[in-house]
Amino acid sequence: MATLATDRPRRRVTLWQRLPVVRELRQSVGLQRGMLIVGLVITGIFVFIAIFAPVLAPYGFAQLKDENGLFGAQVPPGGEHLLGTTVGGFDVLSRVIWGSQTALAVIVVAVILSIFAGVFLGLLSGYLGGWLDRMLVVIADAVFAFPSLLLAIVAAIVISGGQSSLWGGIVAAALSITVVFIPQYFRLIRAETVRIKAEAYVESAKVVGSSTGRIMFRHVLRNATRTLPLIFTLNSSEAILTLAGLGFLGFGIQPTAAAEWGYDLNRSISDVTSGIWWTSVFPGLAIVLVVLGITLVGESLNDLADPRLRTRRKATVAPTADAEVSAMPGGTYDDSVDIDTLEARP
Amino acid sequence: MTSTAPADLDPVEPIPTARRSRGSGGGLLRFIIVRFLLIIPTIFILVTMVFVLMRSIGDPITAALGGRLSHDQLAERIHSAGYDRPILVQYFEYIGQIFTGNFGTAISDGRPVTELLVTYGAATLELAFYALIIAFIVGIPLGMLAAYLRDKWPDAILRVLAILAYATPVFFAGLLLKLVFAVWLKVLPVAGRATTRTELDMTRLGDRRTGIYLIDAFQLGSSAAIGDVLQHAVLPGLALGLLTAGLFLRLVRTNVIGTLSMDYVDAARSRGVSEFRLVGTHAYKPALVPIITVMGLQIALLLGGAVLTETTFEWKGLGFKLTEYLSARDFVAVQGIVALLAVIVALSNFIVDIIAAIIDPRVRY
Repeated sequence: MATLATDRPRRRVTLWQRLPVVRELRQSVGLQRGMLIVGLVITGIFVFIAIFAPVLAPYGFAQLKDENGLFGAQVPPGGEHLLGTTVGGFDVLSRVIWGSQTALAVIVVAVILSIFAGVFLGLLSGYLGGWLDRMLVVIADAVFAFPSLLLAIVAAIVISGGQSSLWGGIVAAALSITVVFIPQYFRLIRAETVRIKAEAYVESAKVVGSSTGRIMFRHVLRNATRTLPLIFTLNSSEAILTLAGLGFLGFGIQPTAAAEWGYDLNRSISDVTSGIWWTSVFPGLAIVLVVLGITLVGESLNDLADPRLRTRRKATVAPTADAEVSAMPGGTYDDSVDIDTLEARP
Repeated sequence: MTSTAPADLDPVEPIPTARRSRGSGGGLLRFIIVRFLLIIPTIFILVTMVFVLMRSIGDPITAALGGRLSHDQLAERIHSAGYDRPILVQYFEYIGQIFTGNFGTAISDGRPVTELLVTYGAATLELAFYALIIAFIVGIPLGMLAAYLRDKWPDAILRVLAILAYATPVFFAGLLLKLVFAVWLKVLPVAGRATTRTELDMTRLGDRRTGIYLIDAFQLGSSAAIGDVLQHAVLPGLALGLLTAGLFLRLVRTNVIGTLSMDYVDAARSRGVSEFRLVGTHAYKPALVPIITVMGLQIALLLGGAVLTETTFEWKGLGFKLTEYLSARDFVAVQGIVALLAVIVALSNFIVDIIAAIIDPRVRY
């Protein structure tokens, strides 16, 4: 930590270059850089489509007819319906595009909720310790070991009672995913907090007479949250998969309230048996692409944060100040904070 | 070679003699007991959480039958099932039942949940077994290869494939496999665990039936039945197995990269140990403990994936049954199955930890 603080001013790094993803992009080389860039591009396209869905989609997600009459069910791709229509008579392309909006909304709500709850609990638990800490750790471990999809199903039943409106459905799905994620953020932040608690600057803050709250939020939290961008991306992809899993099992959002890829895939099970491929392939590909993009970003960030996995620049190029600044505090990768990147998903 | 082998397996500093002197046998036993006792709070917390969540939406009778029965009939059913008593009384009764192995009785068809475990659990177990075999065969060797050829193009391709396996929802993979192999090429069956004919034949086994179709087919001794069962297993096993294989690949790669850079690997290389042996034995074995520990966590994932795979392929296992009960809004059965799965997950994590402790003494308390 100390070396980091003295190194910084020597080479002026602009705020833009210190932003989480930008810093890693500058730090990366070769293959890792390629993966990160591909991931960022896919993610960017996804966010763009999600935001501009109303402009991009040819029809509404629950639209069954236009001025020429009903769309008709299971119309093959081509002509008026570029990707065909579903068994329920919806336009596949429109539902795929609108589905990105639902996915983005759920990710944002779920991740923000779980970051707040998980970070707060982790900080509290790690800094204060004692019986509260022990209890929370046992609970988090128990929840963490359980199939997340099943937990999300139970939460979805409780929150929405099965049926839901657009925002009700999004919030219900997001909350169900949050229940699963809180333990992950909790574990991460707690481990970091326990480590930082022992640092000299925390001790000196205590000596100076700072209040517990000030130490926790000003000194510990600021240093404990460096790994968040990484876990944010990993959880976003997990959120999409959980949402799709919920939708596939019929616990997502109703088709008239919003377009949801998992639900569409569920409706297409019988289509597949009769050889109708377009109703399942396109929403499925949408899920795969978005998760792939976000995971590539998360994976690259994870590798760059782990000195064992980071590809270093060739020796001829002198390491820049950026290369020294790891995403992990102190540049070390403590096993207790090991982020199990791609696990525990539906 | 035999004399140097243990040194190869254990790259870390020797364990302090004070701890070692306690004797490895006693340490292991103590670990097993402590670890076993830790299962109880885990199960307790999960079961409590499920109970609280499920009851927060009201009593299960109204949820399942509300609207279909008159108000008086509902009240009578609720009273006879004891759902009008204080919630704490119900909770303690429920916990007591769980510890005696009673997971409740489904409202919709009146079957005890533990009976479902016997009938449908076997199917889920069989599916998980096929998936694990595929994951081991595909994931581990490819993971070692990727670690050895780190940052070269085969590594890049393998990593992208592993991420792709992760990014593809298991039900979408299932639908794609179904579309290609069952519908277009017509080489494999679309869904189910066996043809009706084979299933009928199996009923002749009577008490010897295990519910695990592959074993039952062997008991029948007919090659047609075995072939039929295996044909039905290919697509669901692949769908769930490839997802898991992607995870194993990443896991093996990361951990073998870690051990490949150790000094003892260089030492072994300088002694002339073949590169193949270097990766397969020297680097892989010390990497096994983290791999096994994380694999333990994958059991939860496998169960979650099994729910989705079973729905995709109408594979009549616990997950398939769970979704049936969910759509019937039979929350007693749902609560029972989820609690049962919690016990299974806790027990399998226990077993995995014991295996890890047997392999590596440092894991023990």
